[in-house]
Amino acid sequence: MKTEPGAGVDRPSAAVPAPPPHGLARQVEDFNARIPFTLKVGLVWLAIAVLIVLGFSQGDFDVQWMRDHLWRITKGVWVTIFFSVIAITMAVILALVGALGRLSKNSIAYGVSGFYTSFFRGTPLIVQLFLWYLALPQIGAAFRPPINEYFIWTAQVAGVVGIAFNYGAYMTEIFRAGIQAVPHGQTEAAEALGMTYRQRMRKVVLPQAIRIIIPPTGNEFIAMMKDTALIGLLGTTLFWADPFRVAQLDGKSDFRNLEALIMAALVYWALTAVFSFFQRRLENRMSKGYVRGVQKPAGSKAGIRYMPGSAGGGPGGGGMMVEMPEPDDDGPGPETGGQGH
Amino acid sequence: MKVENLYKYFGSLEVLKGIDMEVGKGEVVVIFGRSGSGKSTLLRCVNFLEDPTAGTIEVAGLRLEGGHRGHQKREQIRQVRLRAGMVFQQFNLFPQYTTLENVMLAPVEVKGVPKADARSIGMDLLTKVGLADKADEHPIRLSGGQQQRVAIARALAMEPEVMLFDEPTSALDPELIGEVLSVMKSLSTDLHMTMIVVTHEMGFAREVAHRMMFFNDGVILEQGTPDEMINHTKYPETKKFFEAVL
Repeated sequence: MKTEPGAGVDRPSAAVPAPPPHGLARQVEDFNARIPFTLKVGLVWLAIAVLIVLGFSQGDFDVQWMRDHLWRITKGVWVTIFFSVIAITMAVILALVGALGRLSKNSIAYGVSGFYTSFFRGTPLIVQLFLWYLALPQIGAAFRPPINEYFIWTAQVAGVVGIAFNYGAYMTEIFRAGIQAVPHGQTEAAEALGMTYRQRMRKVVLPQAIRIIIPPTGNEFIAMMKDTALIGLLGTTLFWADPFRVAQLDGKSDFRNLEALIMAALVYWALTAVFSFFQRRLENRMSKGYVRGVQKPAGSKAGIRYMPGSAGGGPGGGGMMVEMPEPDDDGPGPETGGQGH
Repeated sequence: MKVENLYKYFGSLEVLKGIDMEVGKGEVVVIFGRSGSGKSTLLRCVNFLEDPTAGTIEVAGLRLEGGHRGHQKREQIRQVRLRAGMVFQQFNLFPQYTTLENVMLAPVEVKGVPKADARSIGMDLLTKVGLADKADEHPIRLSGGQQQRVAIARALAMEPEVMLFDEPTSALDPELIGEVLSVMKSLSTDLHMTMIVVTHEMGFAREVAHRMMFFNDGVILEQGTPDEMINHTKYPETKKFFEAVL
């Protein structure tokens, strides 16, 4: 007797597939499938926005007030950008020093940088800001004038320095990973040619590392712009007021907190959206060199995209995707803060 | 150059078990053996890319002991490296510079050679390896064989006393191997360069090498002229290796 495959073997009762939809249901489904997904998502967003607006207009919502104060709040954007640029510059310097320290065999360098990253990643940013602003003068009180006055900083200065140190600690990991991502063969070749550590770093390793570091640094900048709102909390003057600070002051005095804060939120939202757009373009440009096949014809004037590690043969050479190695866990304290990263 | 009583441990793994080796000026020595036998480690000990656990290295009159690390040691190591050029299996050209800049970089940065002089030396070397027309290209645009030839030019730019080759053709497609080997051959015939080559290319060894060394399990099992090695091996391990390779 011929046995059929599967015969005699217990099988769970196969689900009988539902009959395909027909008639009106089928027409609706086809129509639905033809609408582009993006359009549908756009409609969803529009619906959410309408619901929110309707909800607000039920209460005591003063649109005129918003129009009157729009300029004051939006003006703060310049402050935000200014603070962020200064802070990110400082943070980059700190991160570079920190990363070299984390990679160092020197116990002092390693220890200090380890302490730095652990403390500034392990404590809340807001606490750090207040430490710079309120605690530093108290330390300064131990000294005689005029020295003690150097310890008294304005809210703006304390805020920017605080953010710089905080972000520098997180960016240390980025820089460290970037430096380590440069293929070890590069270092060996430079060493074999008789280069000193400094020459190696300056001429061979860091130029290649920077390429890897730039995209994540761009992301840090965008996150930083939001965190600069905390500086206002220290009590900046109106001249140095970011959108959140302006919204706080104006909103409280006119009892229009909802209007004010929504505007401030929208301003930050727009800010991050704009910069994120350019960030994505930057990332695409930087990653062009990492993907094989995107090479311009010989003689083209367009910049040659180099790939760290592609100037090497063997398995994995010539077109590999460079991955950032996982950052180490270096001790207690959360590595990514709950600070809007 | 000389290697005396060299030992190298990686942790508890003994990779080099007391190597003694001498290479005369202008001599071409080919080291071959199975992977893991320690031949690359030996080569890398010569210019201290690996620090020997014990033993002495002597290159062009400079003697240096393995085993300890201090500040002075770093500078002494650098001095040794200035006398020993190295060519890597993975080429390791610097991607952000053109080939000419790759060749010029070390002389300018390390030896302080003025840029104009370095440029002419560089072009001269690139011509010697047959790549003068690629001087302004970036390595990414070159084939593997071309990159390796640039790497050879880059090492030669520092005017070393001895050239170390760590499996220079192992990462190349077969049709590109020949161009690199012929450059290496000309180094010996034209420049009388002292060369230590770790490779599996027996054809090259037969033609160019003055001496061949069979590495096995951390020791030099046999050595001799190519003719002696290929035709009159003494040890069965050597014979087995040849049978597999030739």
